[in-house]
Amino acid sequence: MSLVMDQQPIEPGIVLTEEQKRRRRGRSIAIALALGVFVILIFAVTLVKGPGVLVRPM
Amino acid sequence: MSILSERADLAPGLQREVACAEPSMAGAGDYLALMKPRVMSLVVFTALVGLVVAPGHLHPVLAFFALICIAVGAGAAGAFNMWYDADIDVLMERTADRPIPAGRVKPGEALAFGVVLAGFSVVFLGLMINWLAAGLLAFTIFFYAVIYTMWLKRWTPQNIVIGGAAGAFPPMIGWAAATGGIGLESVLLFLIIFFWTPPHFWALSLFRMDEYARAGVPMLPVVSGVAETRRQILLYSLVLAPIGAAPWLLGYAGLAYGVIATLGGVLMVALAWQLYKAPAAAMEPIAKRLFGISILYLFVLFAAILIERGLGLQQFGTPFGLVLA
Repeated sequence: MSLVMDQQPIEPGIVLTEEQKRRRRGRSIAIALALGVFVILIFAVTLVKGPGVLVRPM
Repeated sequence: MSILSERADLAPGLQREVACAEPSMAGAGDYLALMKPRVMSLVVFTALVGLVVAPGHLHPVLAFFALICIAVGAGAAGAFNMWYDADIDVLMERTADRPIPAGRVKPGEALAFGVVLAGFSVVFLGLMINWLAAGLLAFTIFFYAVIYTMWLKRWTPQNIVIGGAAGAFPPMIGWAAATGGIGLESVLLFLIIFFWTPPHFWALSLFRMDEYARAGVPMLPVVSGVAETRRQILLYSLVLAPIGAAPWLLGYAGLAYGVIATLGGVLMVALAWQLYKAPAAAMEPIAKRLFGISILYLFVLFAAILIERGLGLQQFGTPFGLVLA
């Protein structure tokens, strides 16, 4: 069994080009920045509203 | 390496499946483009005016947060629009390089992006500001994505007339964020943008007519002809001019606004008249000029309200000393 498996060609799967890697990295950085801004915004709004952050006016 | 290029022998249906498995070529800028940043800037500006001129006080941090939510909601609507319209965008020169028709973003990615943005913007506007503003934002996204993009745009030459309401809601959302209600004044701001939209977009469609025809979009010049479009532009401009001046006429804005709105209205009507009377060969440059001037007209009108409020020249929303909101 192991012999048969050893003889199978190794599938490389999807190999990203350098351009695809570069763009993926760009997307990752953008997501990280967006999440960071989102956290800072929610923090600032929470500070401003204080206990009122739990109040849900219609 | 393209998976698709290695599977050229596959049936078309399978090729589509394989294409979906291709690694994404989208950059961060493509996602920004999906949000239609130019439309978004107009939305933010008009929402800011609604928010600032409304009676009552909203903490600057909360006001900023509300504007971010409105901007992101507008971005979501843009992403939905690009997702649905990818098949016709590829046929038009003006839109062929958008992220989906250009092949950089997959339709599914754009749809997921739109859903996430819409969900976050509406929920957090509701949680942190108020649910009326959130409800209006949700309705605006729905109106633009479903009523305009999916239904009206490909069905009737009145598409941008009715669909224009989506672009007119932002000042009302800003007002609702600040006051928790909808004042008559915010309805006036809505009406200005609503009646501004037809002359603005029909001027554009006059010099992009062939592209709309190729894509099968029933814009007014494609369906009813150039002469009828020019007549409609003139009629809507005649309605727009007094509505633009209405905040001053009704006592909600000051004299400076009144002078600017009157002169702007006269200029819009004069250009629309010039376009109406022009021979067919001379039409395009006038249509382009009207398109450009219409953008300036709306910007100057809203900026005038904002500046008057900033300088304390006129308390928008307090005609004769009474707060109507």
